[in-house]
Amino acid sequence: MHAATDRIGASTAIQVADVSKTFDTAAVLHQLSLDVQAGELLALLGPSGSGKTTLLRIIAGLDHPDSGRIIFGGEDATGLPVQQRAVGFVFQHYALFKHLTVADNIAYGLNARERKRRPPKAEIKNRVGNLLDLVKLSGFASRYPSQLSGGQRQRVALARALAVEPRVLLLDEPFGALDAQVRKDLRRWLREIHDRTGQTTIFVTHDQDEALELSDRVAVLDKGRLQQVGTPDEVQEQPVSPTVLKFLGDAVEVSAVARDGGVEVNGRATPVQAPANSGRDLKLYVRPWQIRLTRPDDAHFVAIVQSSYRTQGRQRIEVEGPDRKPFVVESPDSVRFSVGEPVGLEIIGGYPFDAALR
Amino acid sequence: MGYTLMILGLVVLLPLAALVLRASGTGLGGIWSVATDPRVGSALRISFGTSFLAALVSTTFGSVVAWVLSRYDFPGRRLVDAAVDLPFALPTAVAGIALASLYAPNGLIGSMLSRIGIEVAYTPVGILIAMIFIGLPFAVRTVQPLILELDREIEEASATLGASRWHTISRIVLPPLIPAVLTGFALAFARGVGEYGSIIFIAGNLPYVSEIAPLLIVIKLSEFDYAGAAAIASIMLVISFATLLLINLIQAWSRRRFGHV
Repeated sequence: MHAATDRIGASTAIQVADVSKTFDTAAVLHQLSLDVQAGELLALLGPSGSGKTTLLRIIAGLDHPDSGRIIFGGEDATGLPVQQRAVGFVFQHYALFKHLTVADNIAYGLNARERKRRPPKAEIKNRVGNLLDLVKLSGFASRYPSQLSGGQRQRVALARALAVEPRVLLLDEPFGALDAQVRKDLRRWLREIHDRTGQTTIFVTHDQDEALELSDRVAVLDKGRLQQVGTPDEVQEQPVSPTVLKFLGDAVEVSAVARDGGVEVNGRATPVQAPANSGRDLKLYVRPWQIRLTRPDDAHFVAIVQSSYRTQGRQRIEVEGPDRKPFVVESPDSVRFSVGEPVGLEIIGGYPFDAALR
Repeated sequence: MGYTLMILGLVVLLPLAALVLRASGTGLGGIWSVATDPRVGSALRISFGTSFLAALVSTTFGSVVAWVLSRYDFPGRRLVDAAVDLPFALPTAVAGIALASLYAPNGLIGSMLSRIGIEVAYTPVGILIAMIFIGLPFAVRTVQPLILELDREIEEASATLGASRWHTISRIVLPPLIPAVLTGFALAFARGVGEYGSIIFIAGNLPYVSEIAPLLIVIKLSEFDYAGAAAIASIMLVISFATLLLINLIQAWSRRRFGHV
């Protein structure tokens, strides 16, 4: 294993340069470029069909781009076959070798090497033991994959990928097939392993929480184009487009206007600053926690209560706004609302975009 | 389970028992004298030896056919896929006549082969070809479903771990197929041993050269030597049973070894 310190630095481990890919006339990636820093944990986040898995497979060498290049540590790897790329790939459905034991699965990549490069038997055994410790499966060496739970199988798959000391670890929706609790545990545990090994890692997910919680940086993809790359804070606080914003969580869209550097909704000022260089007409996107219930006189707009329920000390109220679209407002208030009651809503935050921008 | 065993007994075991009973009419000494008859011995060797070789060729080639039919898409794939079953449906005599006319010294293929000095018709090679023809569908159909079920990601996983294509095929793809390949082998072998119709037309049926055991049984029957026929049949039965049992045991072992699916 590599110490975290000798991997972390601002050097670029992988460069995706102008990569395009078309499957059966449908374009999947459009001239996509992305730099991956050595030692970072990068999430490729996007809805299904955004091209994120294709991008991962192209980096691995399992698919080939129609144009563009993949550069590993300054060296062009575009034409390099998958066997020589030294990547560790973890599949959503584990893809373990069912007729091999856990230990043989993990040792597979080392045993597959040609004799000159193959480590001695004792060393392979030793390395398998260390990896089993790392993935907390020490007693499972002689089990078969069919005797393991989903979470355990995925840990074996990860150990198998790490065994060959890959230049980059690539994970394709690694927790997608697992249930919610196992998923949460594995998430935290993957972060721990990453912090310990400093392994450059890219993982694909369509789960915003997973991407935001786990990664150093998030790359948001939509329709084969890179929308934004940044730290979880950056993409949440400064989304570059309504698409990114909407993909990262629920938001209510409200028509607004820019006036004197501020944003007004229905003629009433909000605490939101108008974006620079925007036209007069704006769209304001408001998260559920950026709306406060208030008296109708002080409100930016009035909505009708549809239903309400409580979770862990908070109240979530579904209301129907003036445009008849339902949305959810969060409130710590203990005041109860009855269905059909009009409530005033005050906007206390939000993300303004020029109305022409998509 | 009781009913199943009863029906199995009525359908399979009862006729076999009757056969053995009939043969025992001649007494052990009678069976022994049939078994040591050089003509019978030679026919048995030809039958089992050629069936074994034919099953070997059928399973090897059949696995490749199954692989191509499952993994590649080409124009006419469905037609070829359907054609694989034809030897099942064809009356064996028709197959025999067709093969004989193709491979006879004046036939389409036979004339070409005889020019380079290979005689197929009326030799054991002819028997081999007929047996491969009827055995191939068994090999293809037992392996094909497993190849279809193989997960492509497994092969991709192997490749990302640095394994060459050959290593992937020999260590990852083939082992899970072994039980099915053995089943195909057993079926093709059994079919070859029992085959009569398609072989007699191409084999020429020369005693000690290309005469198979089932034909010898028919000859004995036509001479009204029922006990002699039953004796040969019993010997075939014992050898077949022992062989199939052995294959089954290997299969059970390979399931334990590779079958953790």
